[in-house]
Amino acid sequence: MTTFRSGWRRADGSAALSGSATRGTFRFQWRLAPYLFVSPFLILFAVFGLYPLVKSIVLSLYATNGPRDHVFVGLSNYRFLFTDPDFGVAVRNTALYTFWTVFLQLPLSLGLAILLSQKWLKGRSWFRLAFFSPQLVGQVFVGVIFMVLYVPQYGLVNHAIHTVHAGFPLDTKWLGDARLVMPALVLASLWMYVGFNMIYFLAALQAVDRQLYEAAMVDGANGWQQFLAVTLPGIKPVAVYVLVMATIGSLQLFELPYTMLQQSAGPDKSGLTIVMYLYQNGFISGDLGYASAVGWTLALGILIVSLVQMRVTGAWGGAKT
Amino acid sequence: MIQEIEALRPRRRGSAGRRPAVIAGRLATLLALTAFSALTLVPLVWLVAAALKRPDDLFHYTFFGPRLSGQNFTDLATKVPEFGRYVLNSLFISSSIVVVQLFFSSLAGFALAKYDFKGKSLVMILMLATILLPGQVTMAPLYELLCRMRFVDSYLGLIVPGAVSVFGIFLFRQAMLPIPDDLLDAARIDGCSEFRTYLNIVMPVSRPMIGAFCLISFLGSWNSFLWPQILLHNSMRFTLPIALNQMVGMYQQSYGMLMAGTLLSILPVMALFLLLQKEFVAGLTTGAVKG
Repeated sequence: MTTFRSGWRRADGSAALSGSATRGTFRFQWRLAPYLFVSPFLILFAVFGLYPLVKSIVLSLYATNGPRDHVFVGLSNYRFLFTDPDFGVAVRNTALYTFWTVFLQLPLSLGLAILLSQKWLKGRSWFRLAFFSPQLVGQVFVGVIFMVLYVPQYGLVNHAIHTVHAGFPLDTKWLGDARLVMPALVLASLWMYVGFNMIYFLAALQAVDRQLYEAAMVDGANGWQQFLAVTLPGIKPVAVYVLVMATIGSLQLFELPYTMLQQSAGPDKSGLTIVMYLYQNGFISGDLGYASAVGWTLALGILIVSLVQMRVTGAWGGAKT
Repeated sequence: MIQEIEALRPRRRGSAGRRPAVIAGRLATLLALTAFSALTLVPLVWLVAAALKRPDDLFHYTFFGPRLSGQNFTDLATKVPEFGRYVLNSLFISSSIVVVQLFFSSLAGFALAKYDFKGKSLVMILMLATILLPGQVTMAPLYELLCRMRFVDSYLGLIVPGAVSVFGIFLFRQAMLPIPDDLLDAARIDGCSEFRTYLNIVMPVSRPMIGAFCLISFLGSWNSFLWPQILLHNSMRFTLPIALNQMVGMYQQSYGMLMAGTLLSILPVMALFLLLQKEFVAGLTTGAVKG
């Protein structure tokens, strides 16, 4: 960087540009350039990020009917929100889904990644391709596919389970039975995300220093002890990242149940999620103020959960990282 | 790297690999991996089969029936004649978003990787904040704002607010950090302006990340549902996810036709992914592992 600040020259030794004025403009554009380069982000962020963010606090204190009709109602949006039994159902469903999907997903992803990171393994990229492929299918499309896979009597899921376990009734209505909607959603989500998270774990595992394993083996550590002492600390930053991102994503569940349950909340609202609640109350009914209140509640919830996760996992690793 | 080092290392004699326990372990690993990857592929293979079967055969044969048929696709074309239009809409919107995001994100990533300037850390903090805050918070006021800008029911409402990807800025910053400053200085000495340096030197060097980002960005806008659903009212402007979601409600029993539509909706991303597979995986994991 200092080369041209202290008078720079062309390769043939002649001064590239003569006159201090030209050099002045050059230095000026060098100083200005980074600001120009980040300005599109800053402008868009200010207009479409920061302004709506502040505005949504204000808006959440109003009852609105469409974009133009506003009445100030103070905190009663929030009061209504916390007493609305539907919102309670939405929170419970979303929390349940997040819990199951994250705690089934991550161990499975890590397990597959460990199997896949064995260095004698041939054809790793083919396996990786297969595991990753569901990630390409958007949630809406996954919803359509699984809706048909879950069809009672004929659906592939029922037939597969029936083949393994003959006592399983073929007319099980995954999407028509309030107790089965959640397992159906979690199963579909496992299909979508196990391979995706596995890619992260695989990259992290391959970055762990092999010498650490050799040292552990010399010390007589068995496989499980090696996993606890070398693997887990080695992949911890990535594991925390995956945990937090998977949780944030799960808390925003919407498209999958909305498509799979044919634009409804399912039997007994068993597929109602927080974002679906926001969409139905804010954009179908047209109360943007209420939508903002739901949005802020969700945002604070997500923030608290992520902070707790980072805190807890930070304490777990001790002094390392 | 690791594999190369492993290859150079002399093999121990009496090779441990031949002990029965090791062989059994490896077989079990292979079996588990094969089983799980087959299980993962089942819904996709089933989808292809379901789309290509005769509608009546759908549930008679688990996967492919005795005959292939284009009946589902003809049904789709007669019942939903606008389907081709939806494909074009999705292609147009997603490609536009990829192009603007690629330009603005790489430009900002370049500034953050290769310049020291006042307020740089503030920009980074702003970027982190946008990642942690869910988009649903700003959805209502953003809709209101776009109403006032007359961007509702217009593709501009999808493209303009999403013209910069924060994730993309991070990716490009990561990819451009290792570019040597000497290379940039050489370009400057040759009389390149800062923008020309970015365009002619930095971007060609970042080719792998460009491939990765194009795919990530395309995938994101191709599959996005909620925001287009809120913003687009006229059915002629619908994208594929919106259209499919509506078709599920309207043609609940025409499973074969729905599968044909779904298959057509995911084929473009599948093709793009197969083309850019290596870059994609590398790009996805860059930020997480190094950062």
